[in-house]
Amino acid sequence: MTLLAVERIKLFSTRSPWWCMLAALAVTCGFTALITGTSGDDYPVSVQTTQFASNFGLMVILVMAALAVTTEYRFGTIRATFQAVPNRTAVLLAKTGVVALLAGVVGEVVAFASWGIGKVMRPSADLALNSAADWRHVAGVGLVFAVGAVLAVAVGTLVRHTAGAVTLLLVWALLVETLLSALPTVGEKIQPWLPFNAASNFMLMGGTPPPGASVVSQPYGPWGALAYFTGVAAAGLVITIVVANRRDA
Amino acid sequence: MIEAVGLTKRYGRTVAVDNLSFTVKPGRVTGFLGPNGAGKSTTMRMILGLDRPDAGQVRIDGKTYHQLDRPLRTVGALLDAKWVHPNRSARAHLRWLARSNGLPNRRVGEVLELVGLTSVADRRAGGFSLGMSQRLGIAAALLGDPQILLFDEPVNGLDPEGIHWIRQLMKRLAAEGRTVFVSSHLLSEMAQTAQDLVVVGRGRLIAQCTTAEFVDTASETSVRVRSPQLDRLREVLLRKGYALHVEPGVDGNALVVTGSVTSEQVGEIAAEQDVVLHELSVRRGSLEEAFMRLTGDSVEYRTDGQGPAGPAAAGSEDLMVAGGVNR
Ligand SMILES: Nc1ncnc2c1ncn2[C@@H]1O[C@H](COP(=O)(O)OP(=O)(O)OP(=O)(O)O)[C@@H](O)[C@H]1O
Ligand SMILES: [Mg+2]
Repeated sequence: MTLLAVERIKLFSTRSPWWCMLAALAVTCGFTALITGTSGDDYPVSVQTTQFASNFGLMVILVMAALAVTTEYRFGTIRATFQAVPNRTAVLLAKTGVVALLAGVVGEVVAFASWGIGKVMRPSADLALNSAADWRHVAGVGLVFAVGAVLAVAVGTLVRHTAGAVTLLLVWALLVETLLSALPTVGEKIQPWLPFNAASNFMLMGGTPPPGASVVSQPYGPWGALAYFTGVAAAGLVITIVVANRRDA
Repeated sequence: MIEAVGLTKRYGRTVAVDNLSFTVKPGRVTGFLGPNGAGKSTTMRMILGLDRPDAGQVRIDGKTYHQLDRPLRTVGALLDAKWVHPNRSARAHLRWLARSNGLPNRRVGEVLELVGLTSVADRRAGGFSLGMSQRLGIAAALLGDPQILLFDEPVNGLDPEGIHWIRQLMKRLAAEGRTVFVSSHLLSEMAQTAQDLVVVGRGRLIAQCTTAEFVDTASETSVRVRSPQLDRLREVLLRKGYALHVEPGVDGNALVVTGSVTSEQVGEIAAEQDVVLHELSVRRGSLEEAFMRLTGDSVEYRTDGQGPAGPAAAGSEDLMVAGGVNR
């Protein structure tokens, strides 16, 4: 509990998390407004389409989460922290917890704001949250953001440098996964097992796919996809904690 | 009480700390003295459990750092005044530290008052001058009212007033019965504050004794001579078994003859050899010189005629090692 409070004070007594949260909100809502605004009869607005932009928000959240720990390495406050609390496992778990919680809250805000934008701009569209799948499309964004934050904290702690960690995360999520899934024959097989693909599968699976999108059958259900994404993040966190305990602060 | 036993730390091929053992007693200021790159900061990081020793261990009142419950209440340290987030206010910085060790928020105000930062407590620490950062670091060290305090080069870069303030503070803390361990690469600085010394060079222990003892054994008189026939004089003195080294200076090279030697002896030898003297002076060896000799390579420069490498040269080589980086 104490450690959660400590990490909360640390996170909110600097400005960058605030900027990142604002950016996540602005980017996502902006794109949603754009998507909704340009939609028409051949491309109707659905609950899912209001959430297409959440991926951009996720990228901003990854940056925020990685920064939460790389700035500590950059400014040496991680040493002050380990000096105050020598139990590094506890410190890293607390930090991960606080950042993930924040990311989750931002995710929910972003998701429901996007959904609200859809409703306001297209009052006639069917945007009611009737089914469990509808709820998952919207509320699931927060879960993905939270798990993504765990992964980003793990990568940030492992890499320690802001530029390196952010590049690694963004290049992986935006480029490498896209390229790998585009590989002939094997691409389709590995696509579900790429963590960020799994995350977006979780959010988007099982609705009416937009016209033109090919429906790939997945080896897992939506919750399986989330479980897989969470498993990857958890594994990353475990590795990071082991490494952080072994090396010099 | 801090006890280090056989501490060893390697970074790749560099042996930063080499089988170092020492004890730091309460109620005194103990100076941790060594040239740049001697391993002082590394040792302090190991005391605080930040770096893992490759061998040996440090105990604080019988416990390792990791065994301390709420360590800031036992050990306070200022290793690097820059370990503060520049966008965080001084108060916020101390607030999370206090919270992490279950210290009341009231302590934050108290230590800010103590170091004289109350008026700037809500300004971002990134805008602080070096002196202010140093004070903030000291505030953080004192937060838990610890019995043991570590300071790594606390007067580095401070103005005379700041230096005076820190010296007084350290003396006061020791007088209150606390253990104060402070590193420096200046013996003259330590001579003013420390009662005990732990002297290191290249990661190894050179001496552990009182400052008075160290100064006595370390400083000795020497004779400085300048002459247009310096090489000739040098050869003769070496042949007669005197310890000496060449000291470059603005007025040309000079010979410094050390050991039990008087200016009379040197003057007479010069006269016998018809060597013209431009200067013949007795010098009470400076502390810095003595320190350099002790911490430099343990090779002695005696009459084996092995070139002009003097203690000063060995010392300056040591000074080069660290490249001025305080880690
Ligand atoms: N993290 C590190 N990685 C690699 N080498 C290191 C590291 N920290 C210290 N060293 C090396 O270990 C040696 C001792 O360094 P240390 O900083 O402990 O010396 P110091 O006595 O504090 O010197 P100074 O007076 O310059 O502060 C140096 O040769 C340094 O280059
Ligand atoms: Mg140092």
